[in-house]
Amino acid sequence: MTAPAPAQTMPLVEVTGLEKLFPISRGMFRTPNEFVHAVDGIDFVIAPGESLGLVGESGCGKSTTGRMLVKLLDATDGHIQFNDGDYQRDVANVSRTEIKEFRSRVQMIFQDPYESMNPRRTVFDTVSEPLAVHKVGTIPEREERVLELLGLVGLTPPQNFLFRYPHELSGGQRQRVAIARALVMNPRFVVADEPTSMLDVSIRISIMELMTELADRLGVSYLYITHDLAVARYMCDRIAVMYLGKIVEVGPTEEILANPRHPYTRALLSAVPIPDPKIKRTPVEIKGGISKAINPPPQCRFIQRCPFTAQICQENPHPDMFNVGEHHYTACYRTNEI
Amino acid sequence: MGLSLEGLQTRRVDPGRPLLEVEGLVMHYRIKAGDVSAVDDVSFVVHQGEAVGLVGESGCGKTSTALALLRLLPANAEYLSGEVRLNGEDLLQLSEEGMRERRWKDIAMVFQGAMNSWNPVYRVGDQIREVLDTHFRGQLDIDTQTGHIERLFTAVGLPPEMVDRYPHEFSGGMRQRAVIAMALACSPELIIADEPTTALDVIVQDQILKELKRIQTELGMSILYISHDIAVIAEVTDSLGVMYAGKLVEYGPTSEVFSRPRHPYAYLLLRSTPSITGPRRRLAPLEGEPPDLLNPPSGCRFHPRCPFASEQCVVEEPPLAEIFDGHRVACWNYEKVPELEMELVR
Repeated sequence: MTAPAPAQTMPLVEVTGLEKLFPISRGMFRTPNEFVHAVDGIDFVIAPGESLGLVGESGCGKSTTGRMLVKLLDATDGHIQFNDGDYQRDVANVSRTEIKEFRSRVQMIFQDPYESMNPRRTVFDTVSEPLAVHKVGTIPEREERVLELLGLVGLTPPQNFLFRYPHELSGGQRQRVAIARALVMNPRFVVADEPTSMLDVSIRISIMELMTELADRLGVSYLYITHDLAVARYMCDRIAVMYLGKIVEVGPTEEILANPRHPYTRALLSAVPIPDPKIKRTPVEIKGGISKAINPPPQCRFIQRCPFTAQICQENPHPDMFNVGEHHYTACYRTNEI
Repeated sequence: MGLSLEGLQTRRVDPGRPLLEVEGLVMHYRIKAGDVSAVDDVSFVVHQGEAVGLVGESGCGKTSTALALLRLLPANAEYLSGEVRLNGEDLLQLSEEGMRERRWKDIAMVFQGAMNSWNPVYRVGDQIREVLDTHFRGQLDIDTQTGHIERLFTAVGLPPEMVDRYPHEFSGGMRQRAVIAMALACSPELIIADEPTTALDVIVQDQILKELKRIQTELGMSILYISHDIAVIAEVTDSLGVMYAGKLVEYGPTSEVFSRPRHPYAYLLLRSTPSITGPRRRLAPLEGEPPDLLNPPSGCRFHPRCPFASEQCVVEEPPLAEIFDGHRVACWNYEKVPELEMELVR
């Protein structure tokens, strides 16, 4: 049931049965019996150098997944096998003392460049902090490394930015600093959670280009979390579509866009506005708004909104992933009939 | 969806007739460091039944323009010149009382994040009732009001029994629908919708935009959309204006501007917009940052970032001149702007 990576090499990240439940508190002394199934048993792999897009609407669990991969959240259940050279571990169960070593290999870029940076610290402080935490180099060496990275992310001349504060930078420049901070430890894997959604279109493209170029040059893999499918098209080799804690479809980006096989993916794609008034979209009707992930019924998560629901969907648990094409998988019983 | 616009006032539209005429609007914000030239000589017309879009990046003056039309600007804003005529009457000359009578009744607004502005301790229906009370004091009894509000709810795709619910019982999309219901309450001729769907998920956005389109065409209303989202503007508007640094740099029929943008900024904006359909075009980034409006650049405000700039652009400001019927561009070198090329990647 696990979707294999397109490349036959050993995957960098291999996620199996990953789960995160948040208990809903109903009073101080009661044991919670209701849970938000934020991430509800998902599997995926990311090959070295690959960029996997995780798309879906708000509340589908995509950010929770990203946070678990960098250990900002602990998984309730499941495995995250991380293979970086001779470092091969299931980091879902890594102990607190070992977490530091793992964190030198993975990084995260956050959505909001205005909030992810300490306003009282200079660019040098922000970018060199991971080096200080991991006790890498002397202060002059760190300064050199920070200058190198600022140049790499296009903040030139780097000397001019070293001792600036976040309020002296524009949104695009801040996001460049965030990228420099994420790359300073030479990570193999970066989780980018909507890194461009707060930026204006013109600035967005240069940040997207920068991230792609650096990934190619430094061999970094991304988990690219976004709600914007048009952005995902340019940033990701493969796309995984999430709905209510489940991955419902995964496949190569252009294949998913051209030939979506899950009813939810089809609805999602048909709702994306197109920047060309000559093109009229074909509407795909789905029912209602997004459901809640509190103690969901065992059937397919999409059952209440799906226009193709049949008996098979009512009588069976949430479907496994079926192979529907080269590296293309979908979790739908009726995919061949729609 | 079985929406019904039954019982709501329908207008007969005279398509060529101007409804809102904005002419030479200049507005500054006074701050300690000086004057921020936020809206500088903006002119456009919204015709009856027309959907017009203003598009641009943050800080380009599109929201300031909307607020200026409604006279909802903060105290440090100053109108320097211009006229805003609604059916021939200059709104900027009205008394505060006169302006208050026009809001909601003649021009309604749907603001960015308005869905979060509901008062949490009042029922949503009662908050819409306030608008009716203000404009039809004593003319409508409570049952007529309730009936009307229920019809408004139906029109925007909300179950009519929701009128008695509190805002926390609505999802984000439902709250935004309720904002649109409130905007429709007094059957205005014009709705100003500033980023009406920006915080919403794409499927909900699509549903709400479709309903706005339906309401606009079937009730004969005009809508002024303000958005940073070029794809949304492409789909919902008939005409569009592109704003940059407080200036309207291009204005014309949406289909024409999109197929052949003539202003370098509009051209680059379209080239940097990703799409999920069609071949994968190479996206072109726009170099540099928008200018500081305390000290806008000399000549054309776009010249420091413009790949087509000439010496004239540095010293002389280009007027917004009509180059084709209804298509206006503020650029000395618009003829140099090439056709949108389709350079493919991989």
